[in-house]
Order: sequence, then structure tokens, then C-alpha cells
Amino acid sequence: MEAIITKNLTKRFKDLVAVDNVCLGVGEGKIFGLLGPNGAGKTTLISMLSTLLKPTSGDGWVWGQNIRKDQDRVRRAIGIVFQDPSLDDELTTYENLEFHGRLYGVAREVRRKRIKDLLTLMELADRERAMVKTFSGGMKRRLEIARGLLHYPKVLFLDEPTLGLDPQTRRRIWEYIRNLNEVEKVTIVLTTHYMEEADYLCGRIAIIDHGRIIALDLSQNLKNIVGGDVISLLVLHPQEVAKLLSPFPWIKQVKIHDGVLDLSVEKGEEKIPKIMKIIGGNGLEVRSISLHKPTLEDVFLHFTGKTIREEEGSFTETMRMRMRAWRKR
Amino acid sequence: MGAVYVIWLRELKRFLRAKSRVIGSLGMPFFFLAILGIGLDRSFRIPGLQDNYIAFVAPGIIGMVLLFSSVISGISVIWDRKFGFLKEMLVAPISRTSIVAGKTLGGTTTAVIQALLMLGVALIVGAKVHSIIGLFISVLFMIIIAASFVGVGLAFASRMEDPHGFQLIINFIIMPIFFLSGAFFPLDNLPQWLKVISLLNPLTYGVDGLRGSLIGLSAFPLIMDFVLLLGFFALMTGVSTYLFARSEA
Repeated sequence: MEAIITKNLTKRFKDLVAVDNVCLGVGEGKIFGLLGPNGAGKTTLISMLSTLLKPTSGDGWVWGQNIRKDQDRVRRAIGIVFQDPSLDDELTTYENLEFHGRLYGVAREVRRKRIKDLLTLMELADRERAMVKTFSGGMKRRLEIARGLLHYPKVLFLDEPTLGLDPQTRRRIWEYIRNLNEVEKVTIVLTTHYMEEADYLCGRIAIIDHGRIIALDLSQNLKNIVGGDVISLLVLHPQEVAKLLSPFPWIKQVKIHDGVLDLSVEKGEEKIPKIMKIIGGNGLEVRSISLHKPTLEDVFLHFTGKTIREEEGSFTETMRMRMRAWRKR
Repeated sequence: MGAVYVIWLRELKRFLRAKSRVIGSLGMPFFFLAILGIGLDRSFRIPGLQDNYIAFVAPGIIGMVLLFSSVISGISVIWDRKFGFLKEMLVAPISRTSIVAGKTLGGTTTAVIQALLMLGVALIVGAKVHSIIGLFISVLFMIIIAASFVGVGLAFASRMEDPHGFQLIINFIIMPIFFLSGAFFPLDNLPQWLKVISLLNPLTYGVDGLRGSLIGLSAFPLIMDFVLLLGFFALMTGVSTYLFARSEA
């Protein structure tokens, strides 16, 4: 069964089309990713699916319930973790969950047991009586995920679940998300602008930009579209090395930029020793060598002609991204 | 119903945990009571009143506490919006009406608790309560006054995002309501135009009802005070529910 279906779902704010004729389906029990830069329309799409916003046109179904007509049934079927925190800081962990459980009409005994189980699952059991205002960002996010699951939703929306968290915490949240997808059998839709997050967690991924879905497939298939591996060489005389390597048929393309030599190959890890041998055999020196496997970043670049960070338009982010890209080579 | 209860419970818990806010909010009314009450006691005689001026002004001060704390309680909607908690409620399978009902009950409860505290303080500094039945009737008045003015606060909060702006606007509105409610002086001898304005002020009937039930001095029959307040409550609940249902997270 499809957990979510949308047909030409569109949301217009005055002259801005935030979500533009989106058609997609999410299979039951899957982790589905919505990948795109900030402002691409991911949150607006989720807001419509969770009945917080009314679509301008088009339609959608969540767990078989229409998002325009059966709002209450949609709300019962979903759990959601918003992009910005939505906990009550002045209540304890338990009180926040208790509030949620009562709001959703979860019976007392069920609620108590469920809260215990979820706190154990998210490793917050020892914080049951602690005030939420004393929590770190990662703990708050885990508590929000626990809360989103409390009423046994069929579909869980996670809007940028690791935004603003440090790398270790992000890893841990990933593990929790994978784990609860298996244990709870819950269908998960997550939005992210982190490539590695979508890549690590999601089965099918929709790449969304300016409100439109520009690609939708399994992560591996998306990467295959972009092509093979790239080996980058830093050498003293790139021109000579390029001339030396061009004749080999297993090197599909040789490019020089900024003094770095980029070779397009397949199974890059097996080609590195060969290349070293050839260059060494001709008395030339390799200063550094690196292998770059295609990422979703490349997929995004392929479809939009820009990196996801450039899209966000933040100069520092862009610079940082360039530095990282440069270091990778 | 479960939703209304739990929203009420949350308001109450937050209130009980913010002790400094409670004490702070009772500070200004207390000074009004103590300084005005004692200061004017010697030089101010209310026609037809056997008791001292403090006894006259205490119901007015209780009305002030009810007015301020109930209208201000609407700010919780703005904070909830700011901290994202409003979304948690809006995305739940409950009606917006039950959110307004829970918030109204919560604001009413906390305002009445503060009013009762103020009554206790007033009794200590020399105010009077004439009968136990009167005391119970005054609590009914406290509830209806608070519930109506929570509606005023919620109506504004539904349309506002900035808590500081809310506080400024609210002060702008509640000051005239307070000063023209007969809290400090009887309305009988006012010039005609000011009297008309006072008679249009719902709090006038609240203060009158409180004074009538607590010390037996009232300008109107208590039942009339109560019915008029009930009408105002119905109006404000309708307005706040309407505005909140159309507000966005």
C-alpha cells in the first residue's frame, strides 16, 4: 500500500509558488527523503500533508485519508517533528509526553507503558522527571521524536531532524531513526538538506528545488545517472601526466583544473595502483591522490547546475563547501 | 474534553511554577490598595458607606487583579506560537474551539487564584467581608469577570506575534477600563459624559458586583450585574474563538 499519495499538490503564497504540482507516492514502511535546499518547499509540502496548510490546488492522501476532507483522520494517522523545537520548556519530559498522549486520547494505561518504552528506545529513561529547559539540542530532538511516536502513528514526518546538531549527535539520531523504522514499522518521511543524511537513511529520494520535484528514485539509481568515480591527482607537471594517461581506454576523461588532474573511471579503487605504476614508471611524481565517489551533491549539481549550498546563497556556507570540495581532491 | 482538561492543566502547572511572576503581578495592585487605601482613608468619605475607604476600594483592587491577569494570560498563546508549542496543539486531532476553551479555563483559574490572594491581603490591611454567602457570590463574580477578559486577551493574542507589542497594546486598553470602572470612586457624581462611558464599561458591573457581594454596597442589582457580565462573556468567547480559529501557527 502507498502510505502517501499526492496529485499535482500546489501551494501558492501571493506571487510565490512554494510547492509546484508535486506528484509522489511513498510506500508503506519505507523511509522516504525530501532533499533540497532551504526554501525549496519541503516544509510547505509537509505542512500540507499534515493539514496545517490548505493546498491551493491538487490533492493528497495520507494513509488513505484525504488531506482536505478528512483532516482529523489524517491527524490521527501521523506524527510530526517540526523543524523548530515545539516542546514546552517549563514542563518535564514526562509531562510533555503526558500532554501529548492526552491530547491524542491515548488511554491512561497504554500511555504510561508507551511513554516508558519510547523513553527507553530514545535513551531518555533517566530523564523522565527532568525539566526540558535543561536539555541539549540532541536530547530535545530525541524527546520530540518519542513524542511524535506516542500515539502509534502510521506515518512519521521528520522535518530536518538533525538541523543544528553536532556530527556525533547527528549520527546517533540517524541510528534512532533507522531503529524505530524497524521496531515500530512506521513509515517515515524526512526532509533534509544534508546529502549524506538522505543517502544514509532513505530508500527513495525526491530532490526538490523551487517547489518542483526534479528527480525521484532510489539513491543508488540517482547516483548512477551522474556517472562513475573521479580520481584526482596533484602532480608537478599535470600536462605531461595528462598526455601520458590519455591513451588508456579505461580512462574515460581527463580534465585539468587549478593544477589538479581529474580522471573519470569506473571502480576507482582498482585503478589507483595502475595509475601510480604508470606515472612512477615514467619517472614522474604524484604528490597526492584521492578518489571521489558520486554523491547526491553531484546529482543535485547535475540536475540544477549548482550545488545545494550555493542554492542557499550563504556566502560563508558556499566558501566552506568549496574549501571542503577542494580538500577532497 | 480530555484536550480541554490537559490544556487547562498545563496553564495551571506553568502558573504554579512561576512564583516570581505571581508575586510581581500582585505588587502593583497591592501598592494601590495600601497607599491609596490608607492615604485616602482619612480624607475621603463615601456617601452611604459605614466602613472605611479600604473596604470600598478593596473590591475595586480585586477587579484590577482580575482584569490585568486575565487579559495578560492571553500572552500564553503568543509565547506558544513563538516557541512552536502552538503547532503541537494545532496538528493534534482536536478542534480549535477546545484549545480556546482550555486556554480560557486556564486563564480564568489563574486569575481567580490571584484575586483570592489579593482578597486575603486586603483583609489583612483592613478590608471587610460582610457575609459568607457574599463571599461565595463574589467568587462567582470573579470567575465571570476573569473568563470574559481572558477572551479579550485571547482575541488580541490570536492576531499578534510579538509579546512586547501585545503588552503595550494591552496596557493601552486596560488602563481606561480600570480607571473608569468605579474601582476608586462611586460613579454617581461623575459628569454625564464620563458616566455614560463608565456604564458602557463591562468592568463597571464586575466591580459593582464584587462590592455588592463583599460589603453590600452596589449601584445596581447584583443579578443585573451578573447577567450583563454573562452577555459580555458570551460575546468575548465568541470573538476569541472566531479569531483563534482563523489564526495561523
